[in-house]
Amino acid sequence: MLLKTYNRYTATRSLDAFKNFLFVFPAVAIFCIFYIYPFFELFNLSLHQWQGIGPKVFIGLRNFQELAVDKVWWTSMGHAGYITLIALTFQNALAFALALACDREIRLKHFYRLVFFIPPVLSEVVVGILWNWILNSGMHNGQQIGLFNNFLAQIGLPHLIHNWLSDPKTALTCIAVVHAWKGFGWGFIILLAGLQTIDRQLYEAAKVDGAGMWRTFWNITLPMMLPVIVLVVILTILGSMQVFVLILSLVNQGLVYHTEVPVTRILGAMSGTNQFGYACAQAVILGILLVTVSFTLKSFSNRIKQA
Amino acid sequence: MIANKYLIQGFFKNTLLHIFLLTVTISCLFPIFWMVRSSLMSNATIFVDQSLLPHEWNWHNYAVAWTKGNFGVYFFNSLIYTVSVVMGIVIISSLAAFAFSRLKFPGKDALFYMFIAAMMIPLPGSFVPLFVLMNKLHLVNTRFGYILCMINVGLSLSILLLKTFFDKMPSDLEDAARIDGCSRIQIWWHMALPLAAPALAVVVIYNSLNVWNEYILATLLLSDNNLMPLQRGLMVFNGAYQVDYPVLMAGLTMTAIPIVAVYLFMQKHIIKGLSSGAIVG
Repeated sequence: MLLKTYNRYTATRSLDAFKNFLFVFPAVAIFCIFYIYPFFELFNLSLHQWQGIGPKVFIGLRNFQELAVDKVWWTSMGHAGYITLIALTFQNALAFALALACDREIRLKHFYRLVFFIPPVLSEVVVGILWNWILNSGMHNGQQIGLFNNFLAQIGLPHLIHNWLSDPKTALTCIAVVHAWKGFGWGFIILLAGLQTIDRQLYEAAKVDGAGMWRTFWNITLPMMLPVIVLVVILTILGSMQVFVLILSLVNQGLVYHTEVPVTRILGAMSGTNQFGYACAQAVILGILLVTVSFTLKSFSNRIKQA
Repeated sequence: MIANKYLIQGFFKNTLLHIFLLTVTISCLFPIFWMVRSSLMSNATIFVDQSLLPHEWNWHNYAVAWTKGNFGVYFFNSLIYTVSVVMGIVIISSLAAFAFSRLKFPGKDALFYMFIAAMMIPLPGSFVPLFVLMNKLHLVNTRFGYILCMINVGLSLSILLLKTFFDKMPSDLEDAARIDGCSRIQIWWHMALPLAAPALAVVVIYNSLNVWNEYILATLLLSDNNLMPLQRGLMVFNGAYQVDYPVLMAGLTMTAIPIVAVYLFMQKHIIKGLSSGAIVG
């Protein structure tokens, strides 16, 4: 008797649990098919040689061996590293300076905040095509097509006119600058949100103690902001190392050697030369690199928080 | 005297600050302004005329872009994708978030952390196996396939945002409803969803931006011109042999304006959504 009730009790309970599970089922199903499966397939394919059709040949770590001596791949890593470096220094310094300026009691600060976040909401394709035109070095009836070169000609500096995007020496820097133009609003918004959580009384106390602007910055703002700064650094690295749609649309001659970045290599290996396994091996290496860097930085910031 | 010195110093500092901020403001807005301006120029004047506003407003470019440039189709496609993906995400993620927050079932925590972990791990090049999978499922070049992929992209963050919101929501009302004999699905539909409106607004806007601006999956999955969204269409148009700049600028403006308008109207939600997305990522 008692057992029977107990059985019925567990039966309704497991039916209940099953009904509850139905709520998450669509999400879990989509997630497993479109995220979890490709996630493992990425590792699996990286161990195979495969043309996209036909049989997959298991070749162990051979893709990775090949990758280790692939000069173009490491050059593309270097390119992305260069873009990331500019983003980390120039772009983030700008974002921090703007955030500090907008954290003060200053007129129009809401207007500035509104404007600085417009480039980040534009798509990479729009930004790329627009800046491709601005930096264009083509001619039309003896007139410079590109806005920037045209401007240089107008203000009497025609000797500075340059083929910005097709010269290997300047192309990468142009990409980095446009990337920074599109991206600085991100850092700005996050840093500003961080600055606004700092207790104003700290600043008041510092003022009473006679600390100047620099001392206040070094001893209060910077240490309080460190976790937020680390966050922005991580996001910048993740964003810049994976940049590529911007490059596709900005340098519209297609994939050129001197503007190759890791993701354009992955895309090229896949849809250009049909080396699916090799493309996945590249993706695995880049992914491991990014995970390592971001987790190292995160644990670094946690340790500082505890200290 | 001292007060005066401070005043002058303050004024000087503020002016410098405003000059700095205004310079950045102009550098943000000018390219966008120039894009809109040039979309109203004619092919004859676009590279010659340097005035800030065109002498003749050439709306014709938009008509050309819309019909000949195929942007009408692209625009319509972008709308379909954005609306259906966002609707899908709202329903699927709110169901899941509600269950993660309020209901009991085995494996609940593990499943939830699986979604969170997916957000923390950057997965560059995941489009390669995804493309292989879509090919196997015969979902390449279908609207449905692209929509499913994009739903997956937005799912994790949306579930997290909504779950955090449900966790903070008092459960008294739901308990009352349950006693009155409401089923779980009724509670979700009649109570949880309406009450979660502020969080849903963030989810809707964040995902709309994401879908409207998406490029890479659209490129890999949709090669049929009639299925392409705006971002892909822009690249097709830009890749043509001779680029018609005024029409290209009209296309860019058409792509950019809706999203900028949404941003300007809903900026509070967007900034909240994007920065919360950033903080988890």
